Amino acid sequence: MNHRVTHQKAWWMVLPVVALVAFNAVIPLMTVVNYSFQETFGDNVFFWEGTRWYLQILQSDRFHAALYRQLIFTGIVLAVEIPLGIAIALCMPRKGIGVSVCLVLMALPLLIPWNVVGAMWNIFALPDIGLLGRGINALGIDYNFTRQPLSAWFTVILMDIWHWTSLVVLLCYAGLCAIPNAYYQAGKIDGAGNWQIFRHIQLPKLKRVLTIAILLRFMDSFMIYTEPFVLTGGGPGNATTFLSIDLVKIALGQFDLGPAAAMSLIYFIIILLLCWVFHTLMMRGEERS
Amino acid sequence: MSRIKYLAPALYILFLLLPIYWLVNMSFKTTNEILGSFSLWPAEFTLDNYRTIFTDPTWYNGYINSLSYVLLNTVISVSFALPAAYAFSRYRFLGDKHLFFWLLTNRMAPPAVFALPFFQLYSSIGLFDTPVAVALAHCLFNIPLAVWILEGFMAGVPRELDETAFIDGYSFPKFFVRIFIPTITAGIGVAAFFCFMFSWVELLLAKTLTSVAAKPIAATMTRTASTSGYELGLLAAAGALTIIPGAIVIWFVRHHIARGFALGRV
Repeated sequence: MNHRVTHQKAWWMVLPVVALVAFNAVIPLMTVVNYSFQETFGDNVFFWEGTRWYLQILQSDRFHAALYRQLIFTGIVLAVEIPLGIAIALCMPRKGIGVSVCLVLMALPLLIPWNVVGAMWNIFALPDIGLLGRGINALGIDYNFTRQPLSAWFTVILMDIWHWTSLVVLLCYAGLCAIPNAYYQAGKIDGAGNWQIFRHIQLPKLKRVLTIAILLRFMDSFMIYTEPFVLTGGGPGNATTFLSIDLVKIALGQFDLGPAAAMSLIYFIIILLLCWVFHTLMMRGEERS
Repeated sequence: MSRIKYLAPALYILFLLLPIYWLVNMSFKTTNEILGSFSLWPAEFTLDNYRTIFTDPTWYNGYINSLSYVLLNTVISVSFALPAAYAFSRYRFLGDKHLFFWLLTNRMAPPAVFALPFFQLYSSIGLFDTPVAVALAHCLFNIPLAVWILEGFMAGVPRELDETAFIDGYSFPKFFVRIFIPTITAGIGVAAFFCFMFSWVELLLAKTLTSVAAKPIAATMTRTASTSGYELGLLAAAGALTIIPGAIVIWFVRHHIARGFALGRV
């Protein structure tokens, strides 16, 4: 086929997607960039502020605290969900009716609207009427997620594990099913134990899906808003105010457009940077092996 | 050995089902019973909560609104993504890698960042408070995802299929619709599933872009919770009903869900 014709055609095919995503991404992004350098008192009157909002956000304790909470939350969530997801995928049946039952039941939390997830956990964890809240208090542990920061953190993290571990399980299960049987037979002939099979056959083969799982879980946990907002409202105090919750408070609650816009861009850049770092690290490992 | 092995998935599923059970349990109780006593199953079993939802238009319109923008978004995302994914899987063209990466970065943009600009953008073009606005806004993260998944599936189809069809005298559009699309129906199913899923569960943008006429069910729930006091039973029933569309969709694609992401390239 003629090369030049191919090139033109390819761009025409991509054009609708580019146009629609650009409409949705570039125009709003430019609006945010625009606000981030200016001050407004309404009536579409703007004053140039330069980098003032950026400096203000970067130096504010409030932003540091929210970022710190966000990093700890994402760290804990990744540290629990990834190993747990791999372990459960390894134990799942490979054929028979059990597969369908497992997949359907496990995918269920992924398809529940996020505010319903928050509301559901609220009802589930309330100390007076919730099963979880009652249960923990019955064990003699003082637990009330609306008043104690530690309980609130425990509840938010447990909710996220409940909500998203299945995604890791599904991805790893898909990766495991794609390993040809010959690999296991070769492992058996060499006398490899379960751990060695996992370490030298399954884990390297899972690398690609694990990269996707870690990236998706990182992005989504870093952007988390609805579930903790419905469950705790960011409280008690500011104990569970993560970056998105704080951003919405500044932008729509206080209507401080300039600082909110500057914070938006810093926030987006942090996600892009961390994704790039994860991706580079995991891909470099792949090239070496 | 194998019996013990299945204990882990079984316990995990039990953990997944407990909060769902509690929600369903609440939905069959009266408000008095919820606040007055603690029981593992409803003592005075009632269907009143569900009856309210199915007879009150502010409630059931919420479901209709949600389903209409979700379906619209799924159709737009998949049909726009199909030719683009084909281009990415078959051709090299100027800037293809950068374009692919740029598309994916939109999956990384926090919806909270875009809430306010989206409100202004869709108000200024007169689409505010319509299902179309939400459907288009959700394309921000669903189109990149659909392109990503479909590209993975298409890369698995050998090029010889295209070449043979062209030699047999098929024009490109005819080949694409008659031959290529039927070969990747599994991929289309998976992409549609994930578009449905992420549009159905998202609330921040859907809530920002609607006020009365197109209000999604999830937003109806939050407003009811704050205005009419503490009607937990009603809230639980509405929540339990939102699980059903997802469950139906999962059942149809259960053989393909796991493959969806596994085939995509990073």
